[in-house]
Amino acid sequence: MTKMTYREAVRAALRKALRADPRVFLMGEDVGRYGGAFAVSHGLLDEFGPDRIRDTPLSESVFVGAGIGAALGGMRPIVEIMTVNFSMLAMDQILNNAATLRHMSGGQFGVPLVVRVATGGGRQMAAQHSHSLEVWYAHIPGIKVLTPATVSDAYGMLLAALQEPDPVFIFEHATLYPLEGEIDETAGLVDLNRAAVRRAGRDVTLITFGGTLGTTLQAAERLAEEAIDAEVIDLRSLRPLDTSTIVDSVAKTHRAVIVDESWRTGSFAAEVSAQIMELAFDNLDAPVARVCSAEVPMPYAKHLEAATMPQVEGIVNAARSLVPHHG
Amino acid sequence: MGTNTISKPLPVDRDHALFLFREMLRIRRFEEKAAEMYSLQKIHGFLHLYIGEEATGVGAMQAFTQDDAIVATYREHGHALARGMQASALMAEMYGKATGCSHGHGGSMHFFDASRRFYGGYAIVGGGLPIAVGLALADKMQDRKRVTACFFGDGAVAEGEFHESMNLAALWKLPVAFLCENNLYAMGTALTRHQSQIDISLKARSYGMDSTSVDGMDVLAVEAAAKQAAAYVRSGNGPFLLELRTYRFRAHSMSDPDLYRTKEEIEEWKKRDPITLFKARLREWGLLTDSDVAQIESEITAEMEGAVKFAESSPVEPVEDLLKDVCARVKP
Repeated sequence: MTKMTYREAVRAALRKALRADPRVFLMGEDVGRYGGAFAVSHGLLDEFGPDRIRDTPLSESVFVGAGIGAALGGMRPIVEIMTVNFSMLAMDQILNNAATLRHMSGGQFGVPLVVRVATGGGRQMAAQHSHSLEVWYAHIPGIKVLTPATVSDAYGMLLAALQEPDPVFIFEHATLYPLEGEIDETAGLVDLNRAAVRRAGRDVTLITFGGTLGTTLQAAERLAEEAIDAEVIDLRSLRPLDTSTIVDSVAKTHRAVIVDESWRTGSFAAEVSAQIMELAFDNLDAPVARVCSAEVPMPYAKHLEAATMPQVEGIVNAARSLVPHHG
Repeated sequence: MGTNTISKPLPVDRDHALFLFREMLRIRRFEEKAAEMYSLQKIHGFLHLYIGEEATGVGAMQAFTQDDAIVATYREHGHALARGMQASALMAEMYGKATGCSHGHGGSMHFFDASRRFYGGYAIVGGGLPIAVGLALADKMQDRKRVTACFFGDGAVAEGEFHESMNLAALWKLPVAFLCENNLYAMGTALTRHQSQIDISLKARSYGMDSTSVDGMDVLAVEAAAKQAAAYVRSGNGPFLLELRTYRFRAHSMSDPDLYRTKEEIEEWKKRDPITLFKARLREWGLLTDSDVAQIESEITAEMEGAVKFAESSPVEPVEDLLKDVCARVKP
């Protein structure tokens, strides 16, 4: 086991992949000389050179499209998009090409492309750098959507993504980059189809992913102080979605709160809630609750941003309201 | 040019001339058959015919080898046929059959053929250009001397993806031959009504990319220009933009009432029908007789009737396979 930050874990995975496979290369805005907007690729240019650590113009559509084309041409490109808000500029390539080509061509062409996208709020970056739009991607058949929430997953999921024959989008919550944890460099490939139970509990299931895992675990500790034993599920992958882990947990706790940093309307929490209703209705002792972001463009001021995003207090309140004698 | 010039060497040998003539005529007859089947409601969705533009696809395709890649548009029947795809597989695709070149998943706008490196018809205008840039990037990074031929129309030059692609391909000196089939209309909007600079080849030069324009109704001129462009790209000079000036004789699609241009304009362009023009030249050069034409016509008629029969009699994909190709691996 090696201790490192989330940022270093992504970098370690990139380095390992670049060393192992000459077809792998990284491209995106400022990934080379600058070292990456979040310093993820710092130092990689020196080791691998400008051919494999490619600085691109500010042209999201063509560098994502070129990633698709390069993947079709036998490479294993990794494209970095600086923030999920910028990824909107590449949405044509993502939806109309990356996600459709295999099916639209009758199975003749696959797109083994990995796209890393920084996402989420909490850093006072305001309304054009802070949103959490993973659910827009999770809506699209033909791609995989991963949300590594731990240092270990930041490392392992990137390596596993590079083994996939289809496009994989990895959402790295920007507040996680300094997070410290451990990776096991000798572990085998992680299973991208499985959610993880990050804390076992009996009374209520807290379901989350990405940047809100930490907040949700904190909320579980606070609930424990009130003798409410919360189970915490980290979804890890939004598409495909591991519904069996969710259903197994709800069968045990009979209550669920979904914590999701996206806006409530049409949130991924809404999808999970519907799945629970469809698959585990008889197990529920209370309505499914959601803790999402307020429906407002992300404000700059710290107190307003905090009021917008899911916080420990809101999660605790939602869980408490579902549990008998604590309502 | 009269018979007194016959002693001069001809610009094309007979076999090749007849091949080009036949290829253009195959596209014309294929499109006419497609329109007929559309009217009979055998084909649905959008149908964009290539009639009038045959010289651009046929001429340009001669510049590329089977190792090169082709990226096309939603008006790609001509490119697909000129690339060697079977008329029967294309017709079956438009019938939505399992034997179609995309198993009935794509229809008229989305023909694919991995075996011919035909990377498809793209129906978001300009959407194929970044893909072509990436295919060329893969070739360059793997030291392959291949070219990616990227067809698009004049409408695409208004898209940001055109400009992003021009810039990146030129910046990274990627082996892309950009082939702009300028038919003067972006759906119903004339070039002069959508572009501040109507000389499309000039746009490439603003990205430091070499470019030229050619008469897209003259198959030999197109072929010569495309071969020059491909040779330039193949020898490592970076991308090249070739503007092919052409015109579509039919409406944008089968559902277009064609209200935005005059009958006179269309008739004027029809005088420059690439097939009629080439036929006349071949006769003049003594390379084509009436009986040649009759024979070619009858062979093509049989081919297209065979394509329809094949499409009619082909099975459809079972609904159970609906989700099969969404991802390579299904969730365990």
